[in-house]
Amino acid sequence: MDEGLRSELSKQGIFTVKMQELLQWGYNTSRKNSIWPLQFGLACCAIEMIATSMARYDLARFGAEIFRPSPRQADLMIVAGTVTKKMAPQVVRLFNQMPEPKYVIAMGACAISGGPFKQGYNVLKGIDRFIPVDVHIPGCPPRPEALLHAFMTLQRKIDSDLLTGPNRARHLDSEICGEYPLPTFGEHDLEPAFNPEVWHPPVIVRE
Amino acid sequence: METLEQIKSRIESAVPGARVQIVPNDTPANQPSLVVDSEHALAVARFLRDDPQLRFDYASNVTGVDWLETVTREKVKVKKLVDGVEKEVEETIERKTTGYLEAVYHLYSMSLKHGPVILRQRTSNRTDPVHLASLTPIYRGAEFQEREIYDLYGIIFDGHLDLRRILMWEGFKDYPMRKDYVPPDDFEYEPTPHDEVLERARKHYPAPAATS
Repeated sequence: MDEGLRSELSKQGIFTVKMQELLQWGYNTSRKNSIWPLQFGLACCAIEMIATSMARYDLARFGAEIFRPSPRQADLMIVAGTVTKKMAPQVVRLFNQMPEPKYVIAMGACAISGGPFKQGYNVLKGIDRFIPVDVHIPGCPPRPEALLHAFMTLQRKIDSDLLTGPNRARHLDSEICGEYPLPTFGEHDLEPAFNPEVWHPPVIVRE
Repeated sequence: METLEQIKSRIESAVPGARVQIVPNDTPANQPSLVVDSEHALAVARFLRDDPQLRFDYASNVTGVDWLETVTREKVKVKKLVDGVEKEVEETIERKTTGYLEAVYHLYSMSLKHGPVILRQRTSNRTDPVHLASLTPIYRGAEFQEREIYDLYGIIFDGHLDLRRILMWEGFKDYPMRKDYVPPDDFEYEPTPHDEVLERARKHYPAPAATS
């Protein structure tokens, strides 16, 4: 439709929209306002996550008060806490068990990078080495406001999900299966140490 | 509570053949400890628990220590014949102590409200499969902590009920708390490296572009 005609019509109180945009708006708006997180915590960040879901910070205002105890019913995995190498395959397995569309928030220094335990022998240096993370929150632990902010960031991301086209959302792309290989316990480390389909060491330009 | 010397002599009379040694502690803590040989450690622990004047019924803490091989140099004056004349000559003597692994038990008495007595067991070296006696039959609370020592230091506790790795997975080959442990080389992404990490991360840096 011609932009001029659209603007002329809107002045008369008639709004026009493409069917695809309307569908995308309806689909994404309803999804982003009813996100069911997976009820699972790994360390002290989980305490902040609990605080966020309770009365004072009230995650329910954003439509995410229902923490599901089963990955089959969850849309969002909040990786709240230190992911040890022994725990990593189980976290990936939980993520695999979630149905699409699914999202991941990596909460806190440990979940995004290993945090204070980064140089230890037993802590994974960030869960984004094995599963695709949508929002990273720094902090040790992040305050509930930070989790709310990450949540709103995720809502904006869901809102901009495309339904068609080459850049459409992952769950609408039948060629992407949404399951990620589990690392196995090796003799010295996890094997592989990261999933090259998900993560590559970022190139740091040093001057 | 009796002094450590008294406890030592009573152990020696109660457990024939036990080799007990007092390790002094020169730090401000001034907490000397007892080294017992692992053949008699179980009998010594049983004596410490059951003796009516001691009654060390509570092992509050069990831990492992890795002692590396040490070389100490000492200057000693020696009289020697130099050109037919006796002279005092300084010589340096190197003393080598072989490394060993150690399990340390902190024992308290709940019933008599005294303690601690610190009990140590030492292995002869730190390279072979090293064995010590498990005190879990006496102190049940030591079970998980001895498993942890087995997991992180590789000391095998003979007589333990259920000696498996507790923190790392089955099939893990290393002993991470040993001082010669080399962590896996996953330093490919270090945004703010420094010191030791910087050197490890440098190995992953791309080769500098050839300038012509």
